[in-house]
Amino acid sequence: MSQLQIENLTVEFPSRKGDFIAVQDFSIELQAGEILGVVGESGAGKSTVGNAVIGLLQKPGHMIGGTISLDGERIDDLDEEIMRAIRGKRIGMIFQDPLTSLNPIETIANQLIETIVLHLKLSKADARKKAVDLLDQVGIPDPSVRIDQYPHQFSGGMRQRVVIALALCADPEVIIADEPTTALDVSVQAQILDLMRGLCRERNVGMILITHDMGVIAEVTDRVAVMYRGKLVEIGETAQVLGSPKHDYTKSLISAVPRPDKRINRFPLVTYIEDVGERKEVDIANHWLGQTQDYADFDGPLLKLTDLSMRFITKHSIFPSKRIYLDAVKKVNFDIKSGEVFGIVGESGSGKSTIARMVTGIYKPTGGKIEFAGADLTAMTTAKEINPWRRQMQMVFQDPFSSLNGRMRVEDIIAEPIQFHKQVSTNAECYAIVHDLLDIVGLGKVAARKFPHEFSGGQRQRISIARALATRPRFLVCDEPTSALDVSIQAQVLNLLKDLQEEMGLTMMFISHDLPVIRQMCDRVAVMRNGEICEIAETEDLFNNPKHEYSQHLLSLMPKFFMDKN
Amino acid sequence: MISFIIKRLLQSMLVMLTVAFISFGLFRFVGDPVSNMAGQDTSIEDRQELRKSLGLDDPVYIQFFNFTINAAQGKFGQSYMLREPVRELMAKRFPATLELALVSSVIAMLLGVPMGVYTAIRRNTLLSKAFMTISLMGVSLPTFLIGILLILLFGVTLRWLPTFGRGDVVQLGWWSTGLLTASGLKAIIMPAITLGIFQMTLIMRLVRAEMMEILRTDYIKFGRARGLSNRSLYFRHALKNTLIPVITITGLQIGSIIAFALITESVFQWPGMGLLFIQAVGNADVPIMAAYLVLIAFIFVVINLIVDVLYVIVDPRLRASSEGD
Amino acid sequence: MENQEIERGRIADFLHRLNDNDIWWSFWHSPVAVLSAALALFMIFISVFASVIAPFNPFDLASLDLMDSSLPPVWQSGGDPRFLLGTDDQGRDILSTILYGSRISLLVGFVSVIFSLILGVGLGLISGYVGGRTDAIIMRIADVQLSFPAILIALLLDGVARTLLPKDVHSEIAIYVMIFAIAVSGWVQYARTVRSMVMTEKVKEYVQAGQVIGLGQFTIMWRHILPNVIGPVFVIGTLHLALAIIIEATLSFLGVGLPPTTPSLGTLIRIGNEYLFSGEWWITIFPGAALVAIALSVNLFGDWLRDAINPKLL
Repeated sequence: MSQLQIENLTVEFPSRKGDFIAVQDFSIELQAGEILGVVGESGAGKSTVGNAVIGLLQKPGHMIGGTISLDGERIDDLDEEIMRAIRGKRIGMIFQDPLTSLNPIETIANQLIETIVLHLKLSKADARKKAVDLLDQVGIPDPSVRIDQYPHQFSGGMRQRVVIALALCADPEVIIADEPTTALDVSVQAQILDLMRGLCRERNVGMILITHDMGVIAEVTDRVAVMYRGKLVEIGETAQVLGSPKHDYTKSLISAVPRPDKRINRFPLVTYIEDVGERKEVDIANHWLGQTQDYADFDGPLLKLTDLSMRFITKHSIFPSKRIYLDAVKKVNFDIKSGEVFGIVGESGSGKSTIARMVTGIYKPTGGKIEFAGADLTAMTTAKEINPWRRQMQMVFQDPFSSLNGRMRVEDIIAEPIQFHKQVSTNAECYAIVHDLLDIVGLGKVAARKFPHEFSGGQRQRISIARALATRPRFLVCDEPTSALDVSIQAQVLNLLKDLQEEMGLTMMFISHDLPVIRQMCDRVAVMRNGEICEIAETEDLFNNPKHEYSQHLLSLMPKFFMDKN
Repeated sequence: MISFIIKRLLQSMLVMLTVAFISFGLFRFVGDPVSNMAGQDTSIEDRQELRKSLGLDDPVYIQFFNFTINAAQGKFGQSYMLREPVRELMAKRFPATLELALVSSVIAMLLGVPMGVYTAIRRNTLLSKAFMTISLMGVSLPTFLIGILLILLFGVTLRWLPTFGRGDVVQLGWWSTGLLTASGLKAIIMPAITLGIFQMTLIMRLVRAEMMEILRTDYIKFGRARGLSNRSLYFRHALKNTLIPVITITGLQIGSIIAFALITESVFQWPGMGLLFIQAVGNADVPIMAAYLVLIAFIFVVINLIVDVLYVIVDPRLRASSEGD
Repeated sequence: MENQEIERGRIADFLHRLNDNDIWWSFWHSPVAVLSAALALFMIFISVFASVIAPFNPFDLASLDLMDSSLPPVWQSGGDPRFLLGTDDQGRDILSTILYGSRISLLVGFVSVIFSLILGVGLGLISGYVGGRTDAIIMRIADVQLSFPAILIALLLDGVARTLLPKDVHSEIAIYVMIFAIAVSGWVQYARTVRSMVMTEKVKEYVQAGQVIGLGQFTIMWRHILPNVIGPVFVIGTLHLALAIIIEATLSFLGVGLPPTTPSLGTLIRIGNEYLFSGEWWITIFPGAALVAIALSVNLFGDWLRDAINPKLL
């Protein structure tokens, strides 16, 4: 008999603009000791399934149909009191963000002991013993000491281990993990996934693993259920679903995942989810956008960084000796040639975004030189001197939800750089160019008078690209431009960036933590760690023959499901 | 921890110096102290003498220095109006104001915190709505009007409670208390309620807003998913986190309690410092104004210091970062 | 012709947006919000047109007759049909004095709120955006000021003005002293809120995008950050309006506010308070009720606005 059974689950969220069916006729069964992945993009309803199982649907959402059974007993119609005894005791839950999942003003011990005493009715001393044991099992070193610490004294990965310990502490039969590794770095992610898989096998616990990440699915799940707009579109053995998907959506989803094993020209089949208006062909060479003759030709590297450094003060003090510094970037050197796409890859905190922000003038470097087309930008002090150069380099940001000013219309957002740099003489001309830009990025004129909140993440990223192109730059910095997007949207945006780069002959600095994306986009790559560059190599060389041990380590952490196929 | 407190102490001294400077400016440059002190028939020689004894011929920075030294000892000279040393006038009035402020703060806390918690947890019940309405009334009814209405009802119409004064007081050393006599207790009821309502409203809204915010956090959600009872979630996890900002803001509100005490004292003819201050303002009695200013700033600074220390005790995150100091 | 069409398109667009706007929608679906806004507008309306609506001009000494003094409201025995809400000790019509008094109270409230708002938002923007030492200085001043509540500051300023100015000049400029005192004491809350919001906004990527374009600091503050932090300022402004009116009334009640020659609601209550014990309750209670009506309606509206915009504000 299956441990957990969901049959025809349907969840509705009423709102004044109509009732929204978040999950519709969803049925799955979970066997003991099995890891079942639920995969889907944002808005697919996968988290709603998890919340429904544990009886904590966010209000005003509620079940309007279906049943949920645990060991053959229905649990979706239980009284709150009885359901509470099941939560934590028979079903454990793990959430996404370890930084906010723990009460900041209680020690780990208190939080563990409270839960253990509640469910297992042990004495406080026994509960503490068990808690120390648990921490040991989830891989926290020195558990008998660390148990008395507060959450802020643990790193993100360690906190997620504590969260897992809390979810396991009453020996539940089923665990629901909602994006448990999304907030973590790749190397930590791998450890946590290993840990979770090991614990499930050992204790014969069934787990529903909710994620958007195909890599995670391929790594740990036995079976996978694919969700699309609230419906289950496909379910089966993981290898079979990933290897030979049946449903068109699954095919599209898998083809959109950047391949780590070889470079392909474009992502195929990626229009399943978001139907983007056809890009209007614009003859760039004869268009205003192509007329950039005011740039002097320059033979050397377009961008040259010499000993570039950035030191932040993390703790201020009147006494210089008591200040604490963070060297985010330490004496970095590299060149970017005209027309090249240069990638920087590294984990969070490696300093890659700091470099982008220094190059584009958001941060002022504390040391070293930035030369652009032969001009030393670090030596310039006045806005008048530097603005002509600023115009030539623009940036596409990471977070589509904060990179556009929500109080401005889309057309004004894109027009602002044109007007500021006095690129055209009349408003009519300016807005005509804005409309063309919207066509070029595939949104069309209809987008012009809307506000950013009316668009999806992918569409906003297109607006952000249009804004970056509005000054007719020849150098574009992309800082994790797709890391906040769903994988199929990411494929579309990457396709767009590739097309633009080719058509306009842009030079690009492309920053990402995602190696497969780097492989698809870049000509050369720099690998960064702790503010230093470990290795610079041609992309294909790096992937086939990494020299530095950190590069090798990063490559070993890449999702492998494509590799099996070839 | 220690260096954190030292830092706070230094900041407090700076605040006190600023306030001392303002009240010195008030004393020295607003009106002429000599003509305010001297009677109509004082001779020119006597005036000169007075000038000298007040040190008004010294350079300004020396005067400020002397003023600060004196102020630190509570010496603010003589009241122009009452011809008595300010220190004694204030000392006589201080217990009345402090008792009033304390009693009303206790009332406000005892009612405000539970009401705030209740309205945050049971947002849509009738009682919750009633509490919210009361709190809006509390913000919208000026303190003096509440006092007048209470007087009209319990004093004039029902004749249950006295409408003015402190009743009988008992001397405990230099401290005079009204809390030990029946008439004193009766007399403090209406003023304390009048003063407490606004504070209660504020505490209740603050607790409610913070509590609602915390109930939305992930760790409460995670606690719920572990099957913790509502009681534990509300009172162990949420309320404790709520109290951190509540402590701060309540501390900052001490100033307003004293300011509002001044209104209450005026309505009920309560013989406290506030009443003295209002009379001083009406009569341009600068020494009393200056002394009152410094005293309020001092109380504020002391309470802020206590709040800061409490803050560090309650919040382990701060404890850790201040250890690194 | 084409212009007209575009114009029509814009109006339709605007109406569509309005209909789509959550705040607008929740306003029309909250009876409390609609009623309180209506009451507030009504109070504002009758006080703006006080000179037209009021049956008497209470400041016209010639029209006063001591024979009419201390008459109770119409519905009590001894009431005079000319004076709906009775008269005070000098024979002034209470209804008329309330209308004129509300006008002064609202005037003081509005003007001082506008001053506070401009000062507070400006300093908050600078403090949050520039940061560093400037921020530290502005915030320390705010801290010190916070230890002295509005009423205390106003009392002190009034005391100073009283000492420096002859008595007759003082009552003439009392209204300016009052506005200044309330405005100066109110800026801190705006500044603190705006500052903390600016600190969260300024690290957002749209601000960085502005920097990458090359925009100057002032443009970024004015065009990009300010519109994103202004919502809560309206909430504070509304609640502050009620508070400012109450502070003004309190000061006038304490006798350090507006003089009896240009009475605000607070002055009227103060005058009436002296007759409370002799049973002439209407001289106090009616102006008091008018004051509460204004403060309550404004507060109710502000309360709703806060919930609609940002429930975290206090």
